[in-house]
Amino acid sequence: MSKIINGLKYSETHEWVKIEGDIAIIGVTDYAQKEMGDITYVDMPDAGEVVEKEEEFGALESVKASSDLFSPVSGTVVERNDALEDAPELVNEDPYGNWIIKVQMRNPAELDELMDAEGYRDMIGE
Amino acid sequence: MKYYDKLIFELSKEGRCGFSLDGKASEGYLESIIPQALARGSKPRLPEVSEVDVVRHYTNLSQMNFGVDTGFYPLGSCTMKYNPKINEEVASMSGFAALHPLQDEESVQGALEVYWKMEKMLSAITGMSAFTLNPCAGAHGELTGLMIMRRYHLLRGDMKRTKVIVPDSAHGTNPASAAVCGLDVVVVKSKENGLVDVEDLKPLLNDEIAGIMMTNPNTLGLFESEIGEIADLVHACGGLLYYDGANMNPLLGVVRPGDMGFDIMHLNLHKTFSTPHGGGGPGSGPVGVATRLEKCLPGPRVIQAEDGKFHIEHIWEESAGRVSSFMGNFGIILRAYAYILSLGKEHILNAGKFATLSANYIKESLKDCYKLPIERICKHEFVFDGLINDGARPASVAEDGTPVEAVAGATTLDVAKRLLDYGFHAPTIYFPLLFHQTIMIEPTETESKETIDAFIDVMRKIAAEAAENPQLLKGAPHNTPIGRPDETQAARHPILKYWDC
Repeated sequence: MSKIINGLKYSETHEWVKIEGDIAIIGVTDYAQKEMGDITYVDMPDAGEVVEKEEEFGALESVKASSDLFSPVSGTVVERNDALEDAPELVNEDPYGNWIIKVQMRNPAELDELMDAEGYRDMIGE
Repeated sequence: MKYYDKLIFELSKEGRCGFSLDGKASEGYLESIIPQALARGSKPRLPEVSEVDVVRHYTNLSQMNFGVDTGFYPLGSCTMKYNPKINEEVASMSGFAALHPLQDEESVQGALEVYWKMEKMLSAITGMSAFTLNPCAGAHGELTGLMIMRRYHLLRGDMKRTKVIVPDSAHGTNPASAAVCGLDVVVVKSKENGLVDVEDLKPLLNDEIAGIMMTNPNTLGLFESEIGEIADLVHACGGLLYYDGANMNPLLGVVRPGDMGFDIMHLNLHKTFSTPHGGGGPGSGPVGVATRLEKCLPGPRVIQAEDGKFHIEHIWEESAGRVSSFMGNFGIILRAYAYILSLGKEHILNAGKFATLSANYIKESLKDCYKLPIERICKHEFVFDGLINDGARPASVAEDGTPVEAVAGATTLDVAKRLLDYGFHAPTIYFPLLFHQTIMIEPTETESKETIDAFIDVMRKIAAEAAENPQLLKGAPHNTPIGRPDETQAARHPILKYWDC
């Protein structure tokens, strides 16, 4: 059974979003990290880069596969989690504690299109 | 097998060496031939070993190798068929082996004739109109094919076509090749039965589509039976069809990609046409095209003049450009040429049929032990989705009241590792990603019934072991010099050099 946290927003491509003002903190879900297996590399954009909703912003590589990361919101990257550079295993250990990027949202209304915890639980069917 | 686990660096002894440069390494000589700015400041730290050390080291390592010459190699999607030794004999004939790529055309007429005839034979086998033999591997062929696709659209002034459709069951190289070629990837889904979903494809088709890349049979070993309709739909929107030839083997002499409506394709000579691969390459990925795309082929090409002489046409205006130095891996093309001639028309027709028969025989013989997700006649390969009984047991309480711990079931990885103990190469595992415990088996046509039966017996034995005691599999392999290297740690924190210098 994968961990899902109430109060976060979720995308169909298994990213979670935590909202702090106009900043969206983005990571991947527990379900995603389990499906990926041991993550060996996190490819992240630099601060200042622009991301678009539902478009690729990076990738996770694991011993099983490489999987693109899709941004749940549009905006500008204000920070990336550099700790993941040397310790990608943090995503496996605590997927909700180890965010990947923080994005200054251009259009916070986009958040309405994301799922809540219950909707996400239904989607993954657990 | 003799146990050997040394690194060449561990054999190093300062001052030992196995060559003599006849005084030329003396002081001042290197400085006299290399400009100061390009000379290195210190000696490279290479292992210092004698000739016999080197010979023994690599001979010992080679004896720990597993290849098609040592045993059965059912690696799905790779077509690890036997590499006939007559191919090697032909490739090592001095008239071929001693050629230089810059030799005058007049002095290499024989080699050019091989290129020319090979192009004709591959065209006849695949139903394409022309081939380039320049690409040096399958993925290189994919990139070349997409460059041709792009060139074709651009020459028509059609600038909008920047998207390539790739099925979700495709080899990872397909989207990667498209990305390298500067094209965007659109994924089309598979249906429950493992085939491309035509209804999902329809809304993706528009005037931005450069083409679709298809593998047929697909990576599940299933024939895309709706390919005719798919070809009509893609052509109607102005796109082209690319055939990934990775799975060409079962179709040899039975169905031709050109007749299925494909416009561009590559072949893997190192799969379908029996040349060495894996660590033994190099590869070769010839690309074939339909008539209207012939002018977009990369250069150089061999052409035959009216007097029968062969010439090299290096480049022309409509060409997609150059994709390799000189003309591809000639030694490999030669081996494949020898393979086609030694089989002849009659026997090449049998290769695909026997490969298909072998795969179906294994599938039917094992489907009561391993989960078969798609019940259908397969082509040259098929996938299982793990064990039917993996031996997992929940925690319980014994009759005397003592708690019994839960037992985790054996996974596909455990089955693959256990196969090594029995002397078989493992099949491809965890690909394609459509299932969670994928085991992908491809026996090829070159194995005898006895070999295949021995493999089936071992696979059944492993399934029985799993049901009884999954721990036995989790500890496997028990009989190899190296058991389970920590792939995760190696990928996260690779150590790429022996000496810190």
